[in-house]
Amino acid sequence: MIHTEQELELIANQIREDIIHMLVEAGSGHTAGPLGMADIFTALYFEVLRHKPQDTNWPERDRLVLSNGHINPVLYATMSKSGYFDHSELKTLRKFGTRLQGHPERLRLPGLETTSGPLGSGISQAAGMAYGLRMDSLKQPRVWCLTSDGEHQEGNTWEAIMFAGKNKLSNLTVVVDRNNIQIDGMTENVMPLEPFAMKYQAFNWHVIEINGHDFNDIISALNQSKAIFEKPTCIIAHTIPGKGVDYMEFDFRWHGIPPGIKDIHGDPPKEIQAKSALEKLRTINGKIRSEHE
Amino acid sequence: MNSLLSDELYSESITQEPTRKGFGEGLVDAGKKDESIVALSADLVESTQVEPFAKAFPDRFIEMGVAEQNMVTVASGMSAVGKRPFVTSYASFSPGRNWEQIRTTICLNDRPVTIVGCHSGVSVGPDGATHQMLEDIALMRSLPNMIVVAPCDSIEAKKATLELAKLAKPSYLRLTREKTAVITHQDTPFKIGKANVLREGSDLTIIACGPLVYEALKAAKYLESKDLKVEVINSHTIKPLDEKTIIKSAKKTKLIFTLEEAQVAGGLGGAIAELLSEHLPTQVIRLGIQNRFGQSGTLAELWAEYDLDAASIVRSINNVLKAK
Repeated sequence: MIHTEQELELIANQIREDIIHMLVEAGSGHTAGPLGMADIFTALYFEVLRHKPQDTNWPERDRLVLSNGHINPVLYATMSKSGYFDHSELKTLRKFGTRLQGHPERLRLPGLETTSGPLGSGISQAAGMAYGLRMDSLKQPRVWCLTSDGEHQEGNTWEAIMFAGKNKLSNLTVVVDRNNIQIDGMTENVMPLEPFAMKYQAFNWHVIEINGHDFNDIISALNQSKAIFEKPTCIIAHTIPGKGVDYMEFDFRWHGIPPGIKDIHGDPPKEIQAKSALEKLRTINGKIRSEHE
Repeated sequence: MNSLLSDELYSESITQEPTRKGFGEGLVDAGKKDESIVALSADLVESTQVEPFAKAFPDRFIEMGVAEQNMVTVASGMSAVGKRPFVTSYASFSPGRNWEQIRTTICLNDRPVTIVGCHSGVSVGPDGATHQMLEDIALMRSLPNMIVVAPCDSIEAKKATLELAKLAKPSYLRLTREKTAVITHQDTPFKIGKANVLREGSDLTIIACGPLVYEALKAAKYLESKDLKVEVINSHTIKPLDEKTIIKSAKKTKLIFTLEEAQVAGGLGGAIAELLSEHLPTQVIRLGIQNRFGQSGTLAELWAEYDLDAASIVRSINNVLKAK
C-alpha cells in the first residue's frame, strides 16, 4: 500500500466533508450514497487506479465508469483531491455553467470516462471498453465500473452481466455498492435482489464480498480481481449509506436529499444538519478529537 | 435522360435489390479501409446483411444475442476506446427499444456509433405491425448530435455506409427489407446533408426519402404527360436537412409534397414543414403514414393501402390541385 490505513481514513473523511459542503452549497443532490462510497473511491484513486490526473487522455490509463451517476459528489470530491482540478471548483456543483453537472457529463469535465445518470447502462459501457481494449493486443488497461445495488433492477444491467460473462472479460471489475437502500425504501422491499452473489456467479463471474469500509478488505479485493483470469469480477461491497454521520447511517430518507433543506423525524433540525454532519465527520463519529473543537 | 439516374429507370427490367444489401457490401469495404470498424448484431446476422462483414472480419464482429439495449451501450463503450461500431438490428428494436441508451451514452456522450435499423417501413410485409418501424425517424431526428440517413436504393445505401464510416459522429442508417428498384448508379453523387434534385419542375415539388423516391419519380413522369411539371428531390439525409436546396425549390414551385414510409409526424414531412413554416411559409402536404400502424400484406398491397405508391401520389396531387 502507498498510504497507511490511517492516512486513507483521513483522506476519505476529508472527501466526506467536501461532499457535505458541496451538497449544502448546491441545495440539492444525493447524500447517503456518496458518503457510503467515500472509502472505495479513496482506495481506487489513491491506491489502485493507474491514472495521471494531469494527463486525462493517457492511453494506458485504467478506465473508471461510474454507472450510478447520481453519487457524483463523491466522484468529483475524489477527483479534485487526487489532482484533476482545483478544490475551489467543488462549490460549483449543480450550478449554471459548471463543469460539475448534476449528473456527470463527459464532454464537460476532462477525466470523466462517460456520461451517466440513467441507471443500468454503466456495466454495458464498461464491458464495451473492456472488450475493445482486449481486441488491441497492447498492454491492457483495466476497466473499473462502480454501480449501485438498486440499478440491478434494470434489465439492461443483466444483459451486460450476461455479455461480460460470455466473453470472459477478465479485465473488467464491477464494484456494487450494496447499501440496501434506494429512493423508495429498502431494496429488499422495493424489489428484492437476493441471493445477489449467487446471481453473478450463475452468470459466470468471480464474486468477492467485502466490508466496504475496511481499507484492507477493499484494496485486497480490488487487487485480487486483477489476478482472476477467464472471468470478470464482481466485488459486492457492503456499505453503510450515510457512513460517517450517525443520524444519516442506514436511513433511506437520506438517499436523495442534501442536508439543510428538510426536517427529518429523529434527526437534527434542518438548520444544523450540515454543522452536525461535519462535526461527526471531523471527529470520525466522536472517535478522535478534532482541531475544530 | 438524366445523368443522376439509372438508364433503366422506367424499364420493367430495372434491377431490384434491397437497401440492406448495399449496406452489407458497404460495411465490408469500409472495414477494409478502417481497422477500427466493428459490427454488432442482436441475433439477426443474415437478415440485417451484416453477415458478409462477420465472415470477412470474424474478430471484429460481435454477436450480442437478443439484447438491443446492451448492444448499443456496449458499442458506446467500444467507441470510447477507439473502435468505430456499427450496431445492427431491426429498426423496431433498435432504435425502437433502446432509445434512452442511444440518447445518453451515444448522443450526449458524442460517440461515433452508427445505429443500423433494418426492416423499416410497412414494406417489411407479412411480418405485420410489430415489425414495421414507422416512428424511427422521429425518434432519431429529435436527438442532438445525431445524423439521420434513409437511402433510396442499395447503391445509395452502400455509399451512405461508406460516408458514415468516415464520420466520427453518432448516426442512424435507415434500411428496408424488400427488393426495390435500383434507381441511381455508381456515379450518382452522394454527400451526407446534400439533397439530390433528380428531376426539375416548376409546378410542384415532391421531396422523398427511401425507396419511395422511385414512386415519386414515376408519379412525376405520369403527371408530365398531363402537362404538370413536377420537381423531385431525394432528401436521403433527414438530419441535417439540406435547407438550401429545399427552400430554393419551394421558392420556385410554391407547393411541396413530402413522401416517406414513416409517420409524417416527426418524420421527413415534419422536418420540412418545420423548416418551411419558419423560413418560407409554403403549403406542405405530407404523404406517408398518417397516425396508423402497419399490418400484414405484400409491399404492393401495403404501399397502395397507405397511399404511398405512384398511383396514390398522383391521386393525392390531383385532389390538392382540384381543391385550389
